[in-house]
Amino acid sequence: MSSVTGVSVTDETPDSDGRDPLPGDNASTGRLGDRLFGGAARGAGIVVVALVTLIGVFLLVQAVPSLADNHENFLTSQKWDVSDADNLGFGIARLLWVTVISSVLAMLIAVPLGVCIALFITHYAPRVLAKPAAILVDLLAAVPSIVYGLWGAIVVGQYFEPVQSFFIAALGWIPLFEDTGASAASTIAFVSVVLAIMILPIVTALSREVFAQTPTAHKEAALALGATKWEMIRTAVLPFGRPGVISAAMLGLGRALGETIAVMFIVSSLPDGAPWSWSIFNGGETFASKIANNAGEFDSPSKTGAYISAGLVLFVLTFVVNAIARIVIERRKAFTE
Amino acid sequence: MAKRIDVSDLNVYYGDFKAVEGVSMTVEPRSVTAFIGPSGCGKSTFLRTLNRMHEVIPGGRVEGKVMLDDQDLYAADVDPVGVRRTVGMVFQRPNPFPTMSIRDNVVAGLRLNGVKSKKALDEVAEKSLRGANLWNEVKDRLDKPGAGLSGGQQQRLCIARAIAVEPQVLLMDEPCSALDPISTLAIEDLINQLKETYTIVIVTHNMQQAARVSDRTAFFNLAETGKPGRLIEMDDTATIFNNPNEKATEDYISGRFG
Repeated sequence: MSSVTGVSVTDETPDSDGRDPLPGDNASTGRLGDRLFGGAARGAGIVVVALVTLIGVFLLVQAVPSLADNHENFLTSQKWDVSDADNLGFGIARLLWVTVISSVLAMLIAVPLGVCIALFITHYAPRVLAKPAAILVDLLAAVPSIVYGLWGAIVVGQYFEPVQSFFIAALGWIPLFEDTGASAASTIAFVSVVLAIMILPIVTALSREVFAQTPTAHKEAALALGATKWEMIRTAVLPFGRPGVISAAMLGLGRALGETIAVMFIVSSLPDGAPWSWSIFNGGETFASKIANNAGEFDSPSKTGAYISAGLVLFVLTFVVNAIARIVIERRKAFTE
Repeated sequence: MAKRIDVSDLNVYYGDFKAVEGVSMTVEPRSVTAFIGPSGCGKSTFLRTLNRMHEVIPGGRVEGKVMLDDQDLYAADVDPVGVRRTVGMVFQRPNPFPTMSIRDNVVAGLRLNGVKSKKALDEVAEKSLRGANLWNEVKDRLDKPGAGLSGGQQQRLCIARAIAVEPQVLLMDEPCSALDPISTLAIEDLINQLKETYTIVIVTHNMQQAARVSDRTAFFNLAETGKPGRLIEMDDTATIFNNPNEKATEDYISGRFG
């Protein structure tokens, strides 16, 4: 849809009887009410598009000068030294790794769990339990992230030590599970668990929606072939819901990528110059927590620009993830109609 | 392969509602039995009790006895899943699995039974599709989605899927009501072939169809809305259509109600 003309593709496609639909404005009588409402609606539409564009432009304009002055490779350098505004050296390699691995881990935990909860609510729970369970999960979504951060750091973190020791003992020879000596309550792995709980409601709610829409005809087809309940779910419900689950996972991933407060609260940042580690049992910073941790340093445009470039990468990253989610949702639409 | 069905004094309930009352009948093997009657008379509900599909609907239960040869379908140790593997079902609207190819649709039941060998699955797919008179139309596009076929082809695909697991009995719940006349004819021809191998029970709203395809016909009716449906009379199809015993049957057949 064009932001300027307000005309969308659907307006130009003929409807079912082959007639071209009325162009939007022809229905207007030209009276004051019509013009006022039309103007207001059009204005609101333009505002939202303008906002996204302006944010993108703001990030680009602020980031470009610092990027030009940067004497490190922005994408591959592990260094982040912006203390001297005339001698900037910053790269996002570490931030990118920590952001992506913590979000992907969170997704790996939340998606199977969310799918199971959704299946329980739609197909296993007795009716009296299904509704409250669904409401409870939705309530999880309303908990502010600072509360998750506090609860994770103060309450749950201490119980995570045995989990970490177990993984290090069993799989420590894999770089991903290497022991770095970090305390269990302050690692990437632990924040992934907290992030997983935060995105669980999104995954559950969307999966529940698609599972509940599985046509009875498909479920009966499976049952009439002699499928058990689990086999019916595997043959009819899961394939039908798969695109929905994928888009739910993508939306959850988008949220996890940008989460700031919980990550700031839990993961300890590493000193500059610390050796590179692939380990998830290590501290680190994500794009969002890096920017938030250093908000006090924004005292010159070039320094600020360095952080804004990090923000720009995060913007692009979440944009790509959401775009993929949209594409999947659109594809599913074609499938069910 | 085909088995005889013996029903004695069967009541069907949904929760507290008695949907069907006191049905007793015998369905002969290798024959086509048609159930006719006005909407809501319980013929589809009764059909579902023959493979325990009514239990899928919350509150669905029966009193009485259904025997498949000497096996009591409702004995305590009988698994409904096993019953449905022996008594297959084809539904009113074609319902191929939308995410599966034509071949995968046909062998879905075998996969559930744990058959893995590709060769065995391919053989059954071909045999069942030939059995459903669909092979020549789809043999070049077995990997295409089943949902891409025409309505009539989809219904034959569903029949192929049902016979792929080699059931004893095939239940059909108004299998042609969503199809055009040419597709309907193709299904009726198919039913005529299938009855050489299977016991077939078909629910239909179309009396000409019952007259064309069935050997025996059962007429169901209900006294009024809210009352349970009953089996009014069951006889050779020719007798039901030409010389029924009951006045209600004659009225229904001759189009005086329903």
